[in-house]
Amino acid sequence: MTDTANLFLEVDNLKTYFFLHEGTVKAVDGVSFNLYKGRSLGVIGESGCGKSVTAHSILRLVPSPPGREVDGKILLHLHEGSNGSSTEEIVDTLKLERNGPKMRSIRGKEIGMIFQEPMTSFSPVHTIGSQIMENLLLHTPGISKKEARDRTIEMLQRVGIARAHQQVDAYPHQFSGGMRQRAMIAMALICGPSMLIGDEPTTALDVTIQAQILDLINDLQAELNMALMYISHDLAVVGEMSDEIIVMYLGLVMEHASTDEIFDNPLHPYTLALWRSIPTIEGKLERLTPISGTLPSPFAHIPGCPFFSRCERRIPGTCDAALPPLKEVAPGHWVRCVLY
Amino acid sequence: MLVYIIRRILMLIPILILMSMVAFFLIELPPGDWVSTRITQLEMSGVQVSADEAARLIAQYGLDKPMPVRYWRWVEGIVMRGNWGFSMQWNKPVNEILAERVPMTIVISLSALLLSWIVAIPIGIYSATHQYSFLDYVFTILGFIGVATPGFLLALILAWVLFAKFGFSMLGLYSREYLEAPWSFAKFLDLLKHIWLPLILVGMGNTAGTIRVVRNNLLDELNKQYVIAARSKGLSEWKLLLKYPVRLAINPLLSTVSFILPGLVSGSVLIDIVLSLQTTGPVLLRATLAQDMYLAGSIVLILSALTVVGALLGDLLLIVVDPRIRFGRAEK
Repeated sequence: MTDTANLFLEVDNLKTYFFLHEGTVKAVDGVSFNLYKGRSLGVIGESGCGKSVTAHSILRLVPSPPGREVDGKILLHLHEGSNGSSTEEIVDTLKLERNGPKMRSIRGKEIGMIFQEPMTSFSPVHTIGSQIMENLLLHTPGISKKEARDRTIEMLQRVGIARAHQQVDAYPHQFSGGMRQRAMIAMALICGPSMLIGDEPTTALDVTIQAQILDLINDLQAELNMALMYISHDLAVVGEMSDEIIVMYLGLVMEHASTDEIFDNPLHPYTLALWRSIPTIEGKLERLTPISGTLPSPFAHIPGCPFFSRCERRIPGTCDAALPPLKEVAPGHWVRCVLY
Repeated sequence: MLVYIIRRILMLIPILILMSMVAFFLIELPPGDWVSTRITQLEMSGVQVSADEAARLIAQYGLDKPMPVRYWRWVEGIVMRGNWGFSMQWNKPVNEILAERVPMTIVISLSALLLSWIVAIPIGIYSATHQYSFLDYVFTILGFIGVATPGFLLALILAWVLFAKFGFSMLGLYSREYLEAPWSFAKFLDLLKHIWLPLILVGMGNTAGTIRVVRNNLLDELNKQYVIAARSKGLSEWKLLLKYPVRLAINPLLSTVSFILPGLVSGSVLIDIVLSLQTTGPVLLRATLAQDMYLAGSIVLILSALTVVGALLGDLLLIVVDPRIRFGRAEK
C-alpha cells in the first residue's frame, strides 16, 4: 500500500508518556502507521490501550503536563492550492508549538475530530450553529457571517438534520444524542478537512442510531475523499468502517493488517481472544470466552510481551524475557508475537 | 416567559406581607418597649421619670395601642404614603435616616463587590489554568487567610497601625472638616482618600471566597469535552478559555445576587462599626438594642424584601445567561 500521491499522515514510532506522581504511564509506546486520503484505518483495543491518546497526539491535544510526546514523528502531507498543480508541504506536528498558530491552522481545517460523548461535546450555553460556524470563521479568511451561516445550514442539512435553518439556532440540550453527533460531524467537516478522526463516535449511541451515523461517516468520507482514522473497541464497527486495522494493547501495536486479512486470518493470541469474545449470528451456540485476567497496571514495567499474563499460548522464559518485535509475517500483515 | 416573570412578581406580594408581619412581631418580641428602655436609661443616669411622664410618652408614640393596630398603622403608612414611621431614638422620621445612610452604604458595598470581582475572577482563572503552580499555592493560601480572618479584626488592626505609624485616621469616610460640608470636588477627593480601606476590608472575605468558587468551577469545566472539542477546531487558548469554560464557570456567581442585594443596603455591621462608617448596619444594631421598633422593623423589612427581590433577579439573570434553564422554564 504505497500510494504517495494520497499519503496524508505518517506516524512513525510515536511515544506519548504521562508523567504522574505515581510513575510514568507509557500510554503510547512506539506506534507507527500511514494513512491515505480516501482510505480508512481502524484502531481497536480495550480501554486504556492508547487508542485515544494516539489520536489526541496527532492533533497535539494531549494535556501537557502531565502528558508529553517524547519521541517519534507525526508527518502531515499538506497540499496547498487546487488538486493536480499543488505544492506539498510536510509538517511534523510534534515539532510545532502545542497550541501555536501553525498547529491551530491544522486543527479543524486539515483534520477534523469527532468525540465519544455527543452529550458533552458542545458548550451548553452557545447555539449549535454558532459553534459550527466558529470553525469556518476561524479558517476562512474574509468570510462573512451570513455566508458562514448559510454554509453551516447547508452542512447541517448534509448530515441529515431536518429543518436545518431553524435548528441552526437551537441549543445542544434541544438535540437528541444522535442529532448532536450529526452536528458534531458537521462541525468537524465544515472546513472540508483532509482527514477525519472518529474517537469512538458511536459508542454512546444506541444501535440503530449507530448504524445511521456510521453510514453517514462512510458516505462523507467517500464524498470528500478523506483519510479516516476510526477508533473503537467494537470489532464489528471497526470491521465495517476500515480498510486496515491496528490492534493495540497497552500502548503497543500487536497486529496490523488489512481488514479482510485480520478478520479471515487473525494471528496474535490477543486478536484471537478478542474475536472469541464477540457473539456471531451464524456460528453454533457456544459460550463466549472473555479474556482472562485484567489489564496490568499502567505503571507496571513489563520487560516482555505486555499480554504475557493473560495469554493462553505464553511461553514462560521466552515471552516475558524480551518484547517481541513487530514482524511482517505475510505481505502487509504485521504481528508482534514470538509464535510467528 | 413573560407569564412566568409576572407570576413570580405576583408571588412576591404574599411573601412580603408575611415578612412584614414577622419583622414587626420579632421587633416587638423582647419584653418592654422603647419607652421603658428609655426610662431605664434616664433613671440610670439619675433622672427620675414620673408615672405621668411615662404614660404621656407611651401615648405620644402610640405604644398604648394593641400590637395589630400599631402594625396596621405602620404598614398603612408605608404602602399609602411611603412613610416608614418615626424613629423614637433619633427623634426623626425613619425616611430621613435611611435617606442619609442608604446611598453611602450602597456606594461602599457595590464598589467593594465590584472590586472583589475584578480582583477575584482573573485570579481564579489564573489559579485554575495554572493549577498547582507556585502562584496558585500563593493565591490559595491568601484566599484561605482571607476567608478565615474576621474583617472587623483586620479593620481594628489596620486602623490602629495606620494611626500609630502614619498618624492617618481611617475612621469615618471624611476628614473632620468635610463632615458637615456640602458636596464639592474637594470633599469627593477626601472621600476617595478614606474609602479604600473599607472597600478592601468589606471586599476581602468575598474576594477570597470568589477566587475559590471561580477556580473550582473552572477546573471542573476545563476537563469537559466541549473544551477539547473547541480546541480541536483550532481556537486560540485565550479565546477558547474566555468564550467557553469561563463563561460557564462564572454563572454561579449570578445566583449569589440574592445574598448580595440585601448586603448592599445593610453594609457589614462589624467593620462599619469599627471604622465608624455612616452606613445602615450600625443604625440597625442600635435601633434593635434601643427597641426603636419602627426604625428596626423598617430596616429588617427592607432587607428581607431585597432578599426575595434578589432571589428573583438572580433567577432571571440565570435564565438570561443559561439557555438550559430558559427552555426548561418555558415548557412548563
